[in-house]
Amino acid sequence: MSVLAFIRENRLDFPLFLHVLGAMILVGGLLTGASSLGFARGDVRFLRLGYWSLLAVTLPGWILMRAGGEWIASREGWTKKGVPTPTWLDIGFLLADIGGLILLVSLIVGGVGVYRLREGKGAGLLKATLWLSLLLLAAYLVAAWAMAGKPD
Amino acid sequence: MSFDDWLLALHVLSAFAYIGGIVLFWVLIVAVRTTDTPAGTIRMEPIVKVGNAAVGIGAVGTLLLGIWLAFKLDSYAIWDAWIIAAFVLWAISGALGQRTGATYMQGMNKAKELDSAGQAGANTELLALNRTSNGVVLHTVVSVAALLLVLDMIFKPWA
Repeated sequence: MSVLAFIRENRLDFPLFLHVLGAMILVGGLLTGASSLGFARGDVRFLRLGYWSLLAVTLPGWILMRAGGEWIASREGWTKKGVPTPTWLDIGFLLADIGGLILLVSLIVGGVGVYRLREGKGAGLLKATLWLSLLLLAAYLVAAWAMAGKPD
Repeated sequence: MSFDDWLLALHVLSAFAYIGGIVLFWVLIVAVRTTDTPAGTIRMEPIVKVGNAAVGIGAVGTLLLGIWLAFKLDSYAIWDAWIIAAFVLWAISGALGQRTGATYMQGMNKAKELDSAGQAGANTELLALNRTSNGVVLHTVVSVAALLLVLDMIFKPWA
């Protein structure tokens, strides 16, 4: 049944496209940010590249993904009070929102880390940003699996 | 979750890996444009490998699982116009993606050559290779083809 649910009414196609595109950009940004931070080995240029990937690619991707998701949920009537929501949607919303919060924390921590690099201090805070982005990458892959597979 | 649901979920995750890899290469294309030293160019190699792995797994996963789904689900047929369109876009994206990689590897190879010759400073020839406009055009076409592929999968025209 859930595979048949994938064949949706046309009115959901465009918001779904925005949602999926945003999620793909988000994952791409996290992959780039984590790789750059992970392989930087103290190189300031790559630490900055990692941080800016998270800020300039991942954050806009998250906004597009979340806005598209909200649009779909609203069109399906799932945002109304008292309307039961499917499990896969709850997993998706939970991971998107908690993930958004973690992304925000990682960007603030990373921003302070980049500032400290300019002052000639260590890259410890950017290491924290690396671990947070790896955590987010794993969480969003689970969310993508839940959205696509739609477990009961 | 049924077996079909798992197939679909893995197909979609493969697509995420594929597009994620393309996004990663965009960031590297922007970053390498200001890179004129062998060390700075060579440093990008492990990140390129991550991108190659994502694109490779994504390309193979989307194709194999997509074909499997097309044969397994009664609602789709392998000769549906939107599925044929997806094959064409996949082939264009893959073939041009390989050419993009080869174009940017010229810079990487030059950097390794300079590095082994003991030349660590800025090099104008290396910068010119890293700034290849041919590579940017190729990656743009790859990205447009991949975007059309996502649109095709979602809108399923002529279905």
